[in-house]
Amino acid sequence: MALNGIQIFKLTPKKNCKECGCPTCMAFSMKVAQGAMDISACPHMSEEALASLSEATAPPMKTIKIGAGAEEFTLGGETVLFRHEKTFVSKTRYAVALCTDMDDAAVDAKLAEIPAVDYERIGERMYAELVYVNCGEGADAAKYTELVKKAAGLGRTLVLGCSDPEIAKAAIEVCKDSKPVLNGADASNYEAMSAVATAAGVVLGVSGKDLNELYDTVAALEKLGNKNLVLDVTGGDIKATFANAVQVRRAALKDQDRTFGYPSIVNTVKVAKGDKHLQAALASLFTMKYGSIIVMEQMTYAEALPLYGLRQNVFTDPQKPMKVEPGIYPINGGVEDSLVLVTVDFALTYFVVSGELERSGVPLNLAICDAGGLSVLTSWAAGKFSGSSIAKFIQEQVEPKVSCRKLVIPGKVAVLKGDIESKLPGWEVIVGPREAVQLVKFLKDM
Amino acid sequence: MPFNQKPQKFNAKINTVTIGSGDKTVTLGGDSSFPFYTFDSESENSPKVGVEISDMGLEGASEGIKAYYEGAVTMADIAKKAAAMEGADFLALVLEGGDPNGADKSVEELIAVVKEVADAVDCPLVVEGCKNVEKDAELLPKVAEVLQGRNVLIMSEKEENYKAIGAAAGLAYNQIVGAESAVDINLAKQLNVVTSQLGVNAQKIVMNIGSAAVGYGYEYVVSTMDRIKGAALSQNDNMLQMPIITPVASETWGVKEAMASEADMPEWGPQDERGIDMEIVTAAADLAAGSDAVILRHPQSVATISKMIKALV
Repeated sequence: MALNGIQIFKLTPKKNCKECGCPTCMAFSMKVAQGAMDISACPHMSEEALASLSEATAPPMKTIKIGAGAEEFTLGGETVLFRHEKTFVSKTRYAVALCTDMDDAAVDAKLAEIPAVDYERIGERMYAELVYVNCGEGADAAKYTELVKKAAGLGRTLVLGCSDPEIAKAAIEVCKDSKPVLNGADASNYEAMSAVATAAGVVLGVSGKDLNELYDTVAALEKLGNKNLVLDVTGGDIKATFANAVQVRRAALKDQDRTFGYPSIVNTVKVAKGDKHLQAALASLFTMKYGSIIVMEQMTYAEALPLYGLRQNVFTDPQKPMKVEPGIYPINGGVEDSLVLVTVDFALTYFVVSGELERSGVPLNLAICDAGGLSVLTSWAAGKFSGSSIAKFIQEQVEPKVSCRKLVIPGKVAVLKGDIESKLPGWEVIVGPREAVQLVKFLKDM
Repeated sequence: MPFNQKPQKFNAKINTVTIGSGDKTVTLGGDSSFPFYTFDSESENSPKVGVEISDMGLEGASEGIKAYYEGAVTMADIAKKAAAMEGADFLALVLEGGDPNGADKSVEELIAVVKEVADAVDCPLVVEGCKNVEKDAELLPKVAEVLQGRNVLIMSEKEENYKAIGAAAGLAYNQIVGAESAVDINLAKQLNVVTSQLGVNAQKIVMNIGSAAVGYGYEYVVSTMDRIKGAALSQNDNMLQMPIITPVASETWGVKEAMASEADMPEWGPQDERGIDMEIVTAAADLAAGSDAVILRHPQSVATISKMIKALV
């Protein structure tokens, strides 16, 4: 629970020594409460006061790091339940599942399928970041370790699904440098599993048959000193899994219950085995509601295109619009002498406009101006999409590369036509439609 | 020490609106918790799934959709097959052919389609306009008139034409009004307010707060729905307690991910699969954010989303 200024003030030495830079201890306390200063700025705080304060001012949900090097990911650290309240900070990560129950051919096919999806969307690399390696019933350490080794060959961060401490110990030996997650602690084995995870320096995944058991197990692990955890909230069925995911996150953020202040794992393979469409639906549901790692049987383009699009949208900062890189985007095989259309770098504008242009089938050059990531009218009103900025962009970026001298501007800024023409000698400026949806007809009639 | 469960109770609920007549009706809304939060309070009424068909027949439909409707020639055939889809709760007819920038069918022509479809099926019906506000203002009152007694949901009532459509559907012919706004909580509320001021009973309004395919500015849809549900439940705002219906298919089947052929994008794989997952992922996200009904096209999407809903309530 965040403390207010008065509560912090009670713990200060109340000497008004000014060594922290504030005129009084009261002023200092108020600043700490607002998060403007750190409590350590006061040299006279007692040890106990510092400990209790850093506990009280700690974030409600821990930030957990998994993986190593370029494949390191941050999970958790969220402060709100709805994205309009602030921002979701740690993206959901998707894991493709492998299991010792699969035969060699199926494993090889899966290992070949995973790297096939790798592309970029609005400046973000989209690929299955994690591989979940499950130890099926009856598999021994040799068999499991063999599968883990194979999976590690992909270079992706692994999540090991294994609840036998001996097998886990053997498997983690071959991949511990890449900092996998060891998912398999429960009420029956948590001490041994925690020892394996701590020795290897990796994050431990904890599960329970219900929320009470999960809660108690996490509390017991914390008592052992292990706070490097993720919570596997997968329940017996879909309904229980959703209830767990929501209640764990809500308890941490709304009710400040730090025992549940950890990221989550949702394993759709367990609750929708063999149904790839239902798994896609669940991956969407849990991207919206509180899954930090989502395990699925496959991540082909069919799943990736919508899911990564959803994730990219949900995890944007509501105060910062998504931007595309300014530049020339040829559409439908646009070449040097294809017509030029100009618009702003607001991602939504770009997607809508480029989608309509593609539908027209006409080869074009779409020129994206730097307009601060704002929409056409907003950027125009803010002076970021003006006659001079468009003319400058066309002269510097477009003229050297494109020979066509016809420029279509958005209908909403028709007023800029004269200004642009006077600044761009040799160009014919054409006013386009006000709405993107009219572009197909506009181009057809041209 | 066990986990201290703290259910979130609200003293407000989403309105219930029943569409259809006779034995076959479907009820939207009714819950007093966030979507699928059955651990807070039992769901009174689960979200519903509609199947979208168009007056343009199967023009432009994906392979899988065409295969499902194989043998269906007339609109009546198509409507019957759509209504029989596994997981379907209602039928949604889109009159897209009325668009003056498209096929520009006449009102008479479209009314004939509406009658043919309505006569072919007895399931609850939803009718959407053609997106052109002037044409819809002319067309939809006529639709409301010919479907009198069927208690249908007439969608596409917008700020620009709410008087014509709201008055005809909600007052003159006693149908249900679908108020459509553009992904903004204030616009959604404003349209509900002015529609109510016409004299339309607030219990006969369903909202379409606007939609997008995932990846295409979908964050606005999430936040608008989150905030509407929040205001409806925690602030008891009765001008935002109308159930939400989201036409998913018309957005998702229009984006590149679903439209590009396998020949153009070989690495993307079969087009039908991409279209299905685009529809499923968007619909699941809509439901998670607060839609009380979604409208889909592909039989696989309808079956999957219906299965997910049943598993969650």
